[in-house]
Amino acid sequence: MAGVELLSDQGYRVDGRRASELRRVQCRLGVLGQADGSALLQLGNTRALAVVSGPHEIRGSKSKALHDRAVVNCQYSMATFSTAERKRRPHGDRKSIEMSLHLRQTFETAILTQLFPRSQIDIFVQILKSDGGNYCVCVNAATMALVDAGIPLQDYVCACSVGFVDETPLVDVCYAEEAAGGPVMAVALLPRSEQVAFLSLDSRLHEDHLSGVMKAATVACRDLHAVLSRIVKETLQEATAGE
Amino acid sequence: MASTGHGTYTDDEHLVASVAGVVERVNRLICVRPLNTRYNGEIGDVVIGRITEVQQKRWKVDTESRLDSVLLLSSVNLPGGELRRRSAEDELAMRDYLKEGDLISAEVQSIFSDGALSLHTRSLRYGKLGQGVLVKVSPSLILRSKTHFHHLASGASIILGNNGLVWLQPANSAVEAGGFVTDLEPVPISEREVISRLRNCVIILAHHRLALSDTSVTYCYEASMAHEIKDITKPEISEEILLETRQRLLEQRG
Repeated sequence: MAGVELLSDQGYRVDGRRASELRRVQCRLGVLGQADGSALLQLGNTRALAVVSGPHEIRGSKSKALHDRAVVNCQYSMATFSTAERKRRPHGDRKSIEMSLHLRQTFETAILTQLFPRSQIDIFVQILKSDGGNYCVCVNAATMALVDAGIPLQDYVCACSVGFVDETPLVDVCYAEEAAGGPVMAVALLPRSEQVAFLSLDSRLHEDHLSGVMKAATVACRDLHAVLSRIVKETLQEATAGE
Repeated sequence: MASTGHGTYTDDEHLVASVAGVVERVNRLICVRPLNTRYNGEIGDVVIGRITEVQQKRWKVDTESRLDSVLLLSSVNLPGGELRRRSAEDELAMRDYLKEGDLISAEVQSIFSDGALSLHTRSLRYGKLGQGVLVKVSPSLILRSKTHFHHLASGASIILGNNGLVWLQPANSAVEAGGFVTDLEPVPISEREVISRLRNCVIILAHHRLALSDTSVTYCYEASMAHEIKDITKPEISEEILLETRQRLLEQRG
């Protein structure tokens, strides 16, 4: 690796974290009054805004409607100012379309869609600041927005990315670690049952290391779950304090 | 063994919450009620909705529910007597009565198996809404009461739709007309001011999650009289108004 040491001999990473340390999580629910549900989630320096509307009548062509469950519609976009270099197209490029598809796959497993036949649930996520782990931050933000909207979920969906450097899994990679080009695995987990809702791996990783990386990701997702559920409980207690 | 209510599901014989909210128990039935949801219709509810589509023999109405509601041609009062047979001409003239974008007040008649609502306007109270102001609040803030149509002492009338839509209109615009004709006479400025003040009152009540009823709106309106209409929604002034409103509501409850 040219010049950049991603993991020092003392076991510290470029931003001073340990290998299994998450970045700081901050989250606010209900940031937009006019949406059914919304959440602003920040993981380190990556910040995403998720907005949920629905379940409502199918918009657009009626032929999309499913008679036994709801349609989940996701849109991922990155604000033009979210990256160091200004982006030309905030959404609609190949990468965003792929990301939208991934989000949709993830949330179709988690939302109890069979409760809302013939309707549609929209999830819009926008990256406001990008510093690695965009997919994971989007998943976590969207989960919180769904909770805010009161849409029934099988479980929280917690996602975390894990890199692999010097035989060590690095949990929750930042942009510098992502850009170095090593393997990065993104996992979305339903923590209670430990079911995997989504898994992707960029570049190659030796089979022998797979279980170690998965284990690190699982632990990280469980940690995130603890944080997210604490935030939800606090928000609820605040809101119901007057009643 | 508990049975699963709304907002829960069973997984390996464990009862698990599927939404975040308040737990409610009725004997062995356990429900979790989320703080914010879309409107869940019940028979007899008064709702306000907007026509989205005109189909054969029915209108589709957006009532902020999970699916668009249905207003059948056979469940509206057509001009010329209640017991008139509905003919093919009536079907062709449906767009003359109600067209896309019109606001109506209606009552929930029945609920279909997929959760969609069937509405009716078979009373002179219900029908097309003319000039007024629509305010959107959370459906959970509307208290169910005997009547949702109120003539306020301030000289305006209010419809508190169970689906979280609140309609404010001049008192003499006569909801009683109930028909499909709307009065397009210009509303005098004094009545507009009353309606604007009420609108701001409803907004601050909803923002602080106070339940909406004719009493709470009236008290809030009276408390707001000391301030200008445009100042009501300012945080420090709204706090002051709400404090007084809360106090009077508590006194009234005894």
